[in-house]
Amino acid sequence: MNIAILSGKGGTGKTTVSTSLSVITGANYIDCDVEEPNGFIFLNPSQLKKEEVMVDYPIVDKNKCSLCGECVKVCQFNALVKTKKEIMLFEKLCHGCHACGIVCKNGAITFEKRTIGIIEEGHYGSLICKRGVLNVGEPMAVPVIKKLLKDLPKGLNIIDCAPGTSCNVVNSLQYADYAILVTEPSSFGLHDLKMAVQLVRNFNIPFGVIINKYNTGDERIQKYCKEENIKILGIIPYKREAAEVYSSGKMIINLPEYKKIFEDIVKSLREVFPWS
Amino acid sequence: MELTVISGKGGTGKTTIALALSELAKDVVKVDCDVDAPNLYLFYDGKDIKKEYFYGEKKAVIDKRFCIDCKECEKVCQFDAIKDGIVNSFKCEGCGACVLVCPEKIIRLKEQKTADIYITQTNKGIISRAQMEVGSEGSGKLITKLRSNARKFEDDNTIIIIDGSPGIGCPVISSITGSDAVLIVTEPTQSGLEDFKRIMELCRHFGVLTFVCINKYDINCKMTEEIEKYCIDNDVYLIGKIPYDDTVIKSINELKSIIYYENSKANQAIRLMWDNICKHINLLNNNFKEEY
Repeated sequence: MNIAILSGKGGTGKTTVSTSLSVITGANYIDCDVEEPNGFIFLNPSQLKKEEVMVDYPIVDKNKCSLCGECVKVCQFNALVKTKKEIMLFEKLCHGCHACGIVCKNGAITFEKRTIGIIEEGHYGSLICKRGVLNVGEPMAVPVIKKLLKDLPKGLNIIDCAPGTSCNVVNSLQYADYAILVTEPSSFGLHDLKMAVQLVRNFNIPFGVIINKYNTGDERIQKYCKEENIKILGIIPYKREAAEVYSSGKMIINLPEYKKIFEDIVKSLREVFPWS
Repeated sequence: MELTVISGKGGTGKTTIALALSELAKDVVKVDCDVDAPNLYLFYDGKDIKKEYFYGEKKAVIDKRFCIDCKECEKVCQFDAIKDGIVNSFKCEGCGACVLVCPEKIIRLKEQKTADIYITQTNKGIISRAQMEVGSEGSGKLITKLRSNARKFEDDNTIIIIDGSPGIGCPVISSITGSDAVLIVTEPTQSGLEDFKRIMELCRHFGVLTFVCINKYDINCKMTEEIEKYCIDNDVYLIGKIPYDDTVIKSINELKSIIYYENSKANQAIRLMWDNICKHINLLNNNFKEEY
């Protein structure tokens, strides 16, 4: 059973919610924000195992290549360029799709693998914690996310997604049974929440909202959720004390008041989405 | 002259700062490259003077009527996007390998609209921006297009200010490559520091001139010191420090730039930072007049 945590906007507290819920429900924690994975800062899992994420890329055998340029024509990602002497590869544009190899009449193209990131797995108590880390300078996060989600641990998993509503998030949602949308009560928060709502509705995934950094008086998110008939799973107040705890890399559920709030969130979550 | 504001981590105040700098600049063209969560234009009662569809990706389409169920397409697909002759468009990357192997020639690639792109005229210059189709690829191609749209409105003295995307992937790389300078906005938190190191490394990788500012620097002074030390050790210029200020959230909710709140501490710090940036830009670009 997988619960995806999304946000529309960055910085709303996705990781805070994901790590806290993992600890309180005893769920495994999967960090899919592979461009900026931060969950391990808070969970600090032990006994880390690492595994490389590899993608295919073509190698052109100069002795066999007739410079016909068919591979260049067929590449949808402009990863291959023909010069007078050779076929050049821009490896970071290559999706490893093998189309160039299929089209080559001379059998001059073979494939090798290169590393674009790693998957790390460790333990926080009895919880399994996994994350993907994209290498700096690599543009494509999706292969790392796919590999991370391919072998999900058994039981309940909390999937901490990338911010926004683009392909990185879409790939994580493929595996979600339920989604929690974390937002904050500001014009930006509401604007981006609407996009996230549209996304989960497109996917037909049941979902609820958590309002983070709440200051009394600003009811814009509650009003929107009421109009749209969206369940609010919980409201997390903004307190400088919580921000300070977070800033030093500690979990805010160390503060009793916040622990209680998350326990209540888990209760309302169980009402709509029971798990064993 | 092109200045890109990025952050690594979301929610650090990128848009607030990009907007404030845009308001302080005289002759400015703005580009909202945070295509996933475009917030910059919310501040303006602009008029869209141009709207285009953007086709950023392709997807395979199978004409099932003539499918002989040979499964060659399924075997060749590296992205597990085809099952029983049906394409999962979320997984399909539009590479066309299936098109090449289909013996019946019944698969084709179809262009997908991934965004609407706009040129918006405001009382404070042009904004080049996009509204992405929800769930689409936040591609580098789209960013490149938004930047080239903005350049059409550029004069000698124009500064193009780009509100970049979070992260370190494709959209960010497209936002910074070719920029004259990058301003990284960071915050003094453990996550902020980690993300800052990754985005710094990215800027270094692409060899772009980099400035750093610490937003909300006083929420954790120890962490701020750590970021400062990191900047010194890595020879990158810390160009501004902005204190935590409740007025910022007020300004966002009133949709008015922070620089119009005279008593705001953040306002004063951002103005100081802008002076610093201008000095550096002047050194960089002789065309850039003293008035900046």
